[in-house]
Amino acid sequence: MPEAVPSLTAPHRLQYTYKRSTGPVLGRFFGGLRDGRILGVRRKDGSVMVPPKEYDPDTGEALGELVEVGTAGVVKSWAWVSHPREKQPLGRPFAYALVQLDGADTPLLHAVDAGGDERRMTTGMRVRARFAAERPGGIRDIECFEPTDEPAKGKAKPLAESELPAPVELVKVPVQLDYLYSAGQAASRFLRGLAEGKLLGQRCPVDGKVYCPTRGACAEHGVPTAGEIVEVKDRGTIVSYSVVRVPSENIQVELPFAAVTILLDGADSTFTHVMSETKLEDVHMGMRVQAVWQPRETWTTSMKNIKYFKPSGEPDAPFDSYKDHL
Amino acid sequence: MRDVAVISFSQAKSVRREADRNEVEILMPVVHEARDRAGLDKRVDFICSGSSDYLAGQSFAFVSGLDSVGAWPPISESHVEADGAWALYEAWVKIQMGYADTALVYGFGKPSMGDLPEVLALQLDPYTATPLWPDAVSIAALQARICLEQGVVTERQMAEVAVRDRRNAKGNRFAQLAGDFEVEKLLAEPYLVSPLRRYDCSPISDGASAMVIASGEVARKVCKNPAWITGFAHIAEPQELGVRDLTRSRSTEIAAEKAGVGKGRVDVAEIYGPFTHQELLVEKALGLDRSVKVNPSGGALAANPIMAAGLTRIGEAARAISEGGARRAVAHATSGPCLQQNLVCVLEG
Amino acid sequence: MAELCGVIGIGQTHHTAARKELSMPGLLREAAERALSDAELTWKDIDAVVIGKAPDMFEGVMMPELFLHDALGGAYKPMLRVHTAGSVGGSTAIVAASLVQSGIHERVLTVAFEKQSESNAMWALTVTMPFAMAVVAGAGGYFAPLIRGYIRRSGAPEDTGIRVALKDRKNALKNPYAHLHLPDITFEQIASSPMLWDPVRYLETCPSSDGACALVLSNEKHAKRAPRKPAWVHATEMRSEPTYFAGRDQVIPRASTDNAKSLYKKAGITKPREEIDVAEIYVPFSWFEPMWMEGMLFAPPNEGWKMTYEGATALDGDLPVNPSGGVLSSNPIGASGMLRFAEAAMQVRGQAGEHQIDGAKKALGHAYGGGSQYFSTWIVGSEKP
Repeated sequence: MPEAVPSLTAPHRLQYTYKRSTGPVLGRFFGGLRDGRILGVRRKDGSVMVPPKEYDPDTGEALGELVEVGTAGVVKSWAWVSHPREKQPLGRPFAYALVQLDGADTPLLHAVDAGGDERRMTTGMRVRARFAAERPGGIRDIECFEPTDEPAKGKAKPLAESELPAPVELVKVPVQLDYLYSAGQAASRFLRGLAEGKLLGQRCPVDGKVYCPTRGACAEHGVPTAGEIVEVKDRGTIVSYSVVRVPSENIQVELPFAAVTILLDGADSTFTHVMSETKLEDVHMGMRVQAVWQPRETWTTSMKNIKYFKPSGEPDAPFDSYKDHL
Repeated sequence: MRDVAVISFSQAKSVRREADRNEVEILMPVVHEARDRAGLDKRVDFICSGSSDYLAGQSFAFVSGLDSVGAWPPISESHVEADGAWALYEAWVKIQMGYADTALVYGFGKPSMGDLPEVLALQLDPYTATPLWPDAVSIAALQARICLEQGVVTERQMAEVAVRDRRNAKGNRFAQLAGDFEVEKLLAEPYLVSPLRRYDCSPISDGASAMVIASGEVARKVCKNPAWITGFAHIAEPQELGVRDLTRSRSTEIAAEKAGVGKGRVDVAEIYGPFTHQELLVEKALGLDRSVKVNPSGGALAANPIMAAGLTRIGEAARAISEGGARRAVAHATSGPCLQQNLVCVLEG
Repeated sequence: MAELCGVIGIGQTHHTAARKELSMPGLLREAAERALSDAELTWKDIDAVVIGKAPDMFEGVMMPELFLHDALGGAYKPMLRVHTAGSVGGSTAIVAASLVQSGIHERVLTVAFEKQSESNAMWALTVTMPFAMAVVAGAGGYFAPLIRGYIRRSGAPEDTGIRVALKDRKNALKNPYAHLHLPDITFEQIASSPMLWDPVRYLETCPSSDGACALVLSNEKHAKRAPRKPAWVHATEMRSEPTYFAGRDQVIPRASTDNAKSLYKKAGITKPREEIDVAEIYVPFSWFEPMWMEGMLFAPPNEGWKMTYEGATALDGDLPVNPSGGVLSSNPIGASGMLRFAEAAMQVRGQAGEHQIDGAKKALGHAYGGGSQYFSTWIVGSEKP
């Protein structure tokens, strides 16, 4: 087994603003929030569920009778967040709470702003919704709840069709998660090799095949590619290709481009890269290619050190030399 | 029903952060060990794994796990986006229906790569809960307060669970948090997210575990002390906290009944309680009396390699039987916020 | 040893680019309610729920089955979630069937779905990790070089793919649930549509769809009581192989042919092309039809394209393939595999309406996923196995 090396790490951000269509019940619920009102739904047994769903969670039966509940209610439980995370509703210490609104039989999960003072929180206290100044649509149209002296209002109010709030049909929910990606042993070795302008492969100890690049496993045999580290040439043969004409958010190469699958000299595995300095229609299987590197001073631990591959000028490789890699 | 037994089990040491190895590098030795220990003379008939893409922040993260098992020639294999305990269930079903006689099951995850309590906010209702980004500790704390205020548990009992589990973990070389702690000192610690203190929470652990199960005919041939699976059931509750009774684990009660926990004496119970109060709720739901040795491995409070921790409970329960002399053991796994989904497995020697 | 399993209820949504009027639970319920209604059952009658879908990033919910299963009457019942990449719809049906075949449950509801409109499918499929260089653009970018490999090795005429697309798009017109209905579609239109990843053209590519598919599976006792004839599950099979290793045949993977061999053996089929009346095969890019004809052993190596060319796979051919219009016409990724399995079952129940193949008695449902590495299949029949 090659000597253990520290793994390369890099931040990885997963980020997307999801567009969620709300359907007939939640749509009205969010419409209500936009208007400063809170809706619930009546279940078969007459009880009122907030937040409303289009089905009963216990039975799956369809629900649709919307009612209006109060915008104030009782804290049924709370948890004190003394060190809020950035995405959470408040920047200063606050409580997440289950709030049972006047007229509702189930509590709603939300945040309570107790002025940063945990001592103000008790189960059973009354709180009222603080609606956000800007209401783009969604549960955060309620900014949070805050303590209130407002007395309880009583039963849920049935709503006629004409009294229903106009629905919010789509809510936008940004989801962003940050990770620290760790490449692992084998990939780190490979990437460090790239930083020195080298393409390092590793042998599978079972059949001696050279994998370049590798994430550490010979998947065929289910063993680590723990054999000899081999330097592979930066020239090779195209075993397949495709001309890409459709844009994709993650690709920074100018369209159209040829994505080529290359078998480097000395390697037994293939990988994909970009072709340049040649007409797209000239790219073909068996074509011999040569890596063109970025300027040495820009090299990092990344495959991007290779700008692209260009024709090497050699005659085509014989079909037999790469036919097993198609 | 066919006889099915656990014939081998292996796990990686759980650590706060596997800085230098990727998932495949962690998983591969564990899979190899489970396979070697099983002593089968040919490949297993079926493989099933559990993992979650969101732990890695990568679609199809589970695919790389396949590199660990040597899926060549092609194998019969499947995957659940859940803890390996549910992958075990799927594999057990395959043996029950006669599709397979042997199966390899594994679970793995590197939650250290992300902010796990925040990532778990993504498991909640995407319309009404996730946008508030309630982290997993806050959610559990909401349940803990209800249980405390209704006298279902006490803070002292929660501290005692933490003390017990981490003391037990001293005897488990794979555990992450082990040691002797004093209840009074713990109770004096500040809250993390009240009413939960740091010690009430399981650690974040990178890890993996793997297991081989086999039908009776095979198990009897190759294994000296198989741990027989004599009951296996799982149940999911609705997710919405407001419509559930958070002072009990109803789904565990139902699963325990279906798995036949009460049919005999229980010597050992391995419970997946990511929080101290939850471990207590599950103990109650399983109907365990004081004679049962709970979490000799230290449980999730000593190591919580998410997506493998449930499978590890079953593996530890199996070990208690095949190596520890226990006659009957119960293993439990959980998934989702506030013990939403629960699995119970009864094993006998 | 295995109990009999019958498909007694089938439902699917009207697939489209974005089901803007539905929430995620609403999407699943539309399919599930149709399946229950087909079986004349209610939520209460179901013993367990099995949910399948592709990567969670599509909808941005981690393990969404946790918040969704109660929308399917799953509260206080067993629930499982399968994820095997693109083949997941098929694998999910297989897991559900195994719950019945093992005798553990009597009636199981299984639903597979994707609500892709909430994000962008291409983004979700190819989230770029650090240190990598993004070159592969979506699934098409991944598969195009493999397709070129197939064309090279088989010598297939370059317009084979266009013929597949034309057939599937015309078939879709007879399927009210299909996403893409292109009534005036012609060969020339497809041939002149923009090239996306050479050699795959726009009209040879699957759409991105919101959709769900649901099945109610039961044991023999309940299948006998069901209002309509069941589709009996004759055999199921799954095979996987690694994404990559040196020398791996990624074009006609061995996992596919091994799967086929085992499946046919279990189903007692010795001459698949003759004994199977109709096949619903996972074809997201046109060329996968000839490739999977070989992968499922209907045609000898390098001759799959001839089946397309000869019209064998047309509605009036000897082995109609994708009378529903297939994945080329609707692709809610998590559901697509189950749709293939469902359409196969609909055929042997005589339930396929305008795209019914008359007298279909045995049908194949097929799904694949990942880097052409996961294969899930089943054979269903109008008679018991």
